[in-house]
Amino acid sequence: MTSTNPKSVFWAGLRAGSPFILVVAPFATLFGVVATEAGLNLVETMTMTVLVVAGAAQFTALSLMLDQAPTFIVLLTALAVNLRMAMYSAALAPHLGKAPLGMRALMAYFMVDQTFAVAVKRYEEQPGMPLNHKIIYYFASILPVVPLWYAFSLIGALAGKAIPPEYSLDFAIPICFIALTAPMLRSLPHLLAALVSVIAALALVWVPFSMGLILAALLAMITGAEVERRLNRRKFERQGA
Amino acid sequence: MITDKANLWLVIVLLAIGTYVIRFSFLGLLGGRELPEWLLRHLRYVAVAVMPGLVAPLVVWPAATGGNLDASRLLAALAAFALGAWLKNVVAAVFGGFVTLYGLQYLMG
Repeated sequence: MTSTNPKSVFWAGLRAGSPFILVVAPFATLFGVVATEAGLNLVETMTMTVLVVAGAAQFTALSLMLDQAPTFIVLLTALAVNLRMAMYSAALAPHLGKAPLGMRALMAYFMVDQTFAVAVKRYEEQPGMPLNHKIIYYFASILPVVPLWYAFSLIGALAGKAIPPEYSLDFAIPICFIALTAPMLRSLPHLLAALVSVIAALALVWVPFSMGLILAALLAMITGAEVERRLNRRKFERQGA
Repeated sequence: MITDKANLWLVIVLLAIGTYVIRFSFLGLLGGRELPEWLLRHLRYVAVAVMPGLVAPLVVWPAATGGNLDASRLLAALAAFALGAWLKNVVAAVFGGFVTLYGLQYLMG
């Protein structure tokens, strides 16, 4: 289906973003609950959720602060989790780079996993899409995602106070991270990177200032990239033969 | 509990700024410039390199049990992993993890 007028582009974007409501609502609620359990008040929880808008990094920061890690390590690790967004930014630039600076600044704020995936898919499927349609589509796909992220974080923060400790919400962070990561392990390099990360993090837990995690992540990243490079080379050689 | 509020605010503000700079980077400043292939190849693995390492010690030595391995938490983690890897569905994995955790805690009293 090709959309020819701005209104139908808007509705197409909105429709493409809506399935993510099912992911964002429970995840945001959980963040609100976990942040409250961690000792954040309503203002702190909501400021974090509105300014950062990146669930995995927010959970990472909370988890490391609960662990008394030094501030520098908290920031380094949480920002490392967000580094994937540099890839999103680079992938969106050829499509949206000609938009006015103020517009691009606003787009950057709303750049999240789900809408990035939806927007780039659409732009690649319809190469002739004019810039103003691309902009409309981008913001329309965000509408069902980011406002819900705020709203359900608030609901979670309000509910969090009412949840007694026997519900083991300490374990919400690990479960969330596992749930987020497991679907990403779609290739051998991803799987090996995750395995190295687990083993190295456990083996290096004695390293002071939570630096063990950073080292484990570096080792895991190198493993993933190197395995991918070798697999590609082998594929290339086979094709050449 | 996070009690050092000054530090918390510092983390919130710097994390917000840092995350925004990452998001703005190429779209805002660097235009259509392309990242070198080796860097892209490493960036592809950042998420799967950081998150499992962050979780592993929390699963093996949970703070809530004084750092002792806890069967219900370990099995809940495995259930969440299996569901996430199999169904590729985040919500199903979270749900399955909690059902396993509460189920086992109920059974073991």
